[in-house]
Amino acid sequence: MTDYDVPADTEVLVEDSELPRRLKDEVYSTLEDRDPTPEETEEVVQAIEAKYRDTRVDPLDPVGTVSAQSIGEPGTQMTMNTFHYAGVAEIDVTQGLPRLIELVDARKEPDTPMMTVHLEDEYAQDREKAHEVVWNIESTKILQLGDVSTNVADMLVRVSLNEDTLMERWPTVSDPVEVAETIASTIESKLGVETIQQGLVIEFGPEQPSYRDLLQLVEDLSDIVFKGIEDISRVVIRKEETDNGEEFVLYTEGSDFGTVLGIEGVDASRTTCNNIHEIYRNLGVEAAREAIINETMNTLEEQGLDDVNVRHLMLVADIMTNEGTIESIGRHGISGSKDSVLARAAFEVTVNHLLDAAVHGEVDDLNGVTENVIVGKPIKLGTGDVDLRMSAGSKSAD
Amino acid sequence: MSQHAPKEIHSLSFGLMDPEEYREMSATKVITADTYDDDGFPIDMGLMDPRLGVIDPGLECKTCGKHSGSCNGHFGHIELAAPVIHVGFNKLIRRLLRGTCRNCSRLTPVDGSKYADLSEASEAADEKLREFRGNLDEARSLRQDLSDELKSAMRTCRRSSSDTNEDKCPYCGEVQYDIKHEKPTTYYEVQRVLASDYPERIAQAMEPDEEDGERVTPPELADETGIDPGRVQEILSGSFRPRESDREAIEDALDVDLTEEDMNKLMPSDIRDWFEDIPDDDLESIGVSADKSRPEWMILTVLPVPPVTARPSITLDNGQRSEDDLTHKLVDIIRINQRFMENREAGAPQLIIEDLWELLQYHVTTFMDNEISGTPPARHRSGRPLKTLSQRLKGKEGRFRGSLSGKRVNFSARTVISPDPTLSLNEVGVPDRVASEMTQTMNVNERNLDEARRYVANGPETHPGANYVRRPDGRRLKVTEKNCEELAEKVEAGWEVSRHLIDGDIIIFNRQPSLHRMSIMAHEVVVMPYKTFRLNTTVCPPYNADFDGDEMNMHALQNEEARAEARVLMRVQEQMLSPRFGENILGAIQDHVTATYLLTNTNPEFNETQSLDLLRTTRIDELPDPDRVDDDGTEYWTGRKLFSELLPDGLDLEFTSSAGDTVLIEDGQLLQGTIDEDAVGAFGGEVVDTIAKQFSKTRARIFINEVSSLAIRTIMHFGFSISIDDESIPPEAQEQVDEAIDGAYDRVQELIETYERGELESLPGRTVDETLEMKIMQALGKARDSAGDIAEDHFADDNPAVVMAESGARGSMLNLTQMAGCVGQQAVRGERINRGYEDRTLSHFEPNDLSAEAHGFVEHSYREGLDPKEFFFHAMGGREGLVDTAVRTSKSGYLQRRLINALSELETQYDGTVRDTSDTVVQFEFGEDGTSPVEVSSSQEKAAVDVEEITNRVLDEEFADENEKAEFLGERAEPTNLSEHADDWWMAQSDD
Repeated sequence: MTDYDVPADTEVLVEDSELPRRLKDEVYSTLEDRDPTPEETEEVVQAIEAKYRDTRVDPLDPVGTVSAQSIGEPGTQMTMNTFHYAGVAEIDVTQGLPRLIELVDARKEPDTPMMTVHLEDEYAQDREKAHEVVWNIESTKILQLGDVSTNVADMLVRVSLNEDTLMERWPTVSDPVEVAETIASTIESKLGVETIQQGLVIEFGPEQPSYRDLLQLVEDLSDIVFKGIEDISRVVIRKEETDNGEEFVLYTEGSDFGTVLGIEGVDASRTTCNNIHEIYRNLGVEAAREAIINETMNTLEEQGLDDVNVRHLMLVADIMTNEGTIESIGRHGISGSKDSVLARAAFEVTVNHLLDAAVHGEVDDLNGVTENVIVGKPIKLGTGDVDLRMSAGSKSAD
Repeated sequence: MSQHAPKEIHSLSFGLMDPEEYREMSATKVITADTYDDDGFPIDMGLMDPRLGVIDPGLECKTCGKHSGSCNGHFGHIELAAPVIHVGFNKLIRRLLRGTCRNCSRLTPVDGSKYADLSEASEAADEKLREFRGNLDEARSLRQDLSDELKSAMRTCRRSSSDTNEDKCPYCGEVQYDIKHEKPTTYYEVQRVLASDYPERIAQAMEPDEEDGERVTPPELADETGIDPGRVQEILSGSFRPRESDREAIEDALDVDLTEEDMNKLMPSDIRDWFEDIPDDDLESIGVSADKSRPEWMILTVLPVPPVTARPSITLDNGQRSEDDLTHKLVDIIRINQRFMENREAGAPQLIIEDLWELLQYHVTTFMDNEISGTPPARHRSGRPLKTLSQRLKGKEGRFRGSLSGKRVNFSARTVISPDPTLSLNEVGVPDRVASEMTQTMNVNERNLDEARRYVANGPETHPGANYVRRPDGRRLKVTEKNCEELAEKVEAGWEVSRHLIDGDIIIFNRQPSLHRMSIMAHEVVVMPYKTFRLNTTVCPPYNADFDGDEMNMHALQNEEARAEARVLMRVQEQMLSPRFGENILGAIQDHVTATYLLTNTNPEFNETQSLDLLRTTRIDELPDPDRVDDDGTEYWTGRKLFSELLPDGLDLEFTSSAGDTVLIEDGQLLQGTIDEDAVGAFGGEVVDTIAKQFSKTRARIFINEVSSLAIRTIMHFGFSISIDDESIPPEAQEQVDEAIDGAYDRVQELIETYERGELESLPGRTVDETLEMKIMQALGKARDSAGDIAEDHFADDNPAVVMAESGARGSMLNLTQMAGCVGQQAVRGERINRGYEDRTLSHFEPNDLSAEAHGFVEHSYREGLDPKEFFFHAMGGREGLVDTAVRTSKSGYLQRRLINALSELETQYDGTVRDTSDTVVQFEFGEDGTSPVEVSSSQEKAAVDVEEITNRVLDEEFADENEKAEFLGERAEPTNLSEHADDWWMAQSDD
């Protein structure tokens, strides 16, 4: 039974058709208020079915090649330049053809890793609260917290922390001295030195008086991350218009998707990252597929090529994730793992593939496209995949 | 037919070849390095032996008796004086040497010395081998790369090369040594032997050391080691080399290392002997096929000599023969081989023999691959590196990509293209001389006998003629000017006539680069005089063609199946909708768009003569009711009315045009709005798209053809040209522009001053310098925009440049701004120009000048002309663009190749799934809903199946007749139109 108020015979008619659920429901809701005669209903369903059949892909359509062309062809119209990210002028993101190549290559680390962090509830509404999340994400180094000076006479590095910054970056701690204590202990554990902490001033020096060691300490000190995530060098906070009102959204330079998802205030369901491998590791292969589709679509849209049908991108994403892991498109991925020796040899590193095939005694069954082109047989795709035979002898074939 | 049914290749098997097999299949042994004798005849048992095949026409192959062209050639062989290594397998040889026992040749997956006794060790080894086999089976079933399994197995088998712990074979207990590989083809066994300076080392160790301070005396040493004291003295004096057990005892006693590394070169013959003993079972467990490729076959004892047909020699103009690179290489090999044998027989010293052996190895190596790193490539006399076997296969022009995946074909033509607006977009003008070269086969029967005779009678030179005939007995006769009349008489039913291309034949037309499927489409032939292919200009967008010298390729189809497929699937009109974005890719371009804009924007009126003239080249031959009748009875028709004549009845549309007004079409009548790019243009013109989807592609084709005819008539009626004066602006406007630019300069100056005072506030996450740059760029950008706005205000609406920009025909408002107002900031890498001299761009400026003009702001317009500095900056920006384009084409070309290679096997199946050719499911339904990308426009929200609309149509009975209804319900197929020549019939059938 359906939820729609239609006669039973209409329902039988519609349910018997080969329409998908979505269209069936649409038919019900349309017919509900039109109240047609049974004959008319039949005609409507018939017409819709005819149209539906028309809009479906033809069997044996070489959709792969069509999709590949539909993504490759606009590639010629894209720029090589990396431009500012639309909207967030503060963060540079690789765009255009280089980004598309990067995605299709399934690089382990994108050129400019980036995350879009959405926030939950009050964190998204309140600037103060949003900043709290920012400080938990952005890596805080010593130069951002205060001044570092060297005292050559006493062989000491002197760090004088800025109270305001401490209060700002550690909003949950009320006493800045307490923060200074944690900072001092971090320095001690990371650099292996004894520190003397007095209020907001921390002093320490090398074990043996050595000018070189002293400078080395300062160098090492500036690399220590006191708060936040090491790989994230910068976070930009922006107020954005969304479907349910305005909210704060964070954009980060550098990415560490797994860690960010665990931070309080982050809305894990909407937060994304432009590194598909990180998404794969944290959310699995289906999410990675979705990420590939979104990232390629965004890259194309950025270049004004938003008219490329998503279905093509889906197919590319699906073949990249077909094995359950992310495979790149090219010699090291899909093209390199083909069954056919000839297909692999015709793509790249010809000689090695042939020699390896000889050692393993491989047999090429000539199923694919490239191999059949090579040996001069019709390919099993499109009209090459159907055989028509005339029924000989029987005149009354019709 | 007397011919056999063609054989079909079912599968290809790869493997190594047994030397015996080489000898068996060899047509001859090759022993002389010479090719031809003084009379120019090939020498017997030489490299050009006639038994290896023939290349000179007229000669007969001594092996198969066929003539050049039909004989494929036969392999010969060279008996190598000594075995040599096949370079391609040097890595595998290294792996096998390291992973098998030097005594019993079995794999050593475990270290025998780690087990109590041999039986335990061999059991553990067998266990490991079983594990390898398991991994291998798994990899096979998952269709993974077998060589990865081999590599990981051999890594396990490789012995640990630590000095102290000597690895032992788990089967025979033999001590294993490390193998050193010197690339490309030399292998050493690294053994530890007694160092030559052992007495010194012992003496050194006997000296008192810092801590215990005791000197060890020789008797003490003798005591400790149990060696005879006299012997100890002898050892210390260096006159006696200690035996291995004694050496170890001394080493233990004195805690000293008395050994050094000794590199024992493994000759190819040693390796061959070694490999011969590897058991088949062991090979199978690492994935080497034992019956197809025994490892010892990787060491060559016989070298196959490719047939002469694979290395034809060419005769130069002066009668000299020039040999192929492979022949040169073979000559080298035979010479060295000969010398090797002679020297060995003469009993030459080992050193010389080894040198020759290495030389032979070098020549055989470079014969296989001449691009090995570390080996100097073999060169031609001229210094050019030789192109040997690997080089022939590799790369874009190599055998695989150049000759096998892409083949040269007959029945093809290529020439320059030029436009012809009188053709339909389905047609192509083919030059008569091309048409008389490309032929179609006619099977003669009673009905076309006269026609066939007429073709033959015309001969090969006169246009609709014939070039060949084939008699029923299979004999092919050339039609010549002399015999054509005579031959025509003889033609009977059952003959085949290869007749010239005539009007209406279908051919395939292509322009490179073939980036999408619309780059190869089928056209109907229209034979024409002169030498270029003629195209309707509306097919330029899919081919991305223009007429500045572009060339295109044509292919004549050679069988009925191909012709039918081309007609039904590949014809231009069938490819009207792009699968990329699901909208039309054919449509009005450039002048057509300008013309429809002129015709419909202000909706001008035309009298009867004018109206008929505009519609002259369309199928409309009667004017509709006039829009206005003058007092004196003169009738007038508006532009929109005339345009509406081309629209099919029943078309209802409403959309916004690119000119900005609302276009309203009701029942095939344009009621309001401007017809421009968004309505009829290529790449998604609304009207074309709707006609193609709601009516049919044939109707859309007729529409596009007629729109372009009407447009050409229209633009001829109005006249349309553009000149420099059209971009000039009045002096007062120029003043305003200057003012705007001066204002921007002031703002920039202000910014710079603020910056220099250190008061400029930086944007979040940016440095002050970056902030300044960004703000200056913004200010100057604004200046250019306002200059553009000022210029725009002063242009009349009928300014040709404005008309083109507004209608979307060509150019944009930005182009106009740059021509009339101000060119604006030039940029390199998205920044102002900052390169050149130290701290400044040009020597005309002070160092560290931050002003606009010092960093590439062009304040003049193109019409005014640029000053020298501006010109230079403009050229910098322009160069970046050129470089960008060059880099982009190669990068995107490679991306496209990879994408196509990865996806080419995917196909939808009858069950709706998308699978590759080995039946792996990639998608359960294409694009998650099975909708064809051709049917659904990706820019519009509209669903592919509009239930509401269909319901309305059915319930409101909006059908002209029963046929239309039946068609709509899918009970009756639309009438097909397979040829331009059937349009009248088709229009009558579909009665629009």
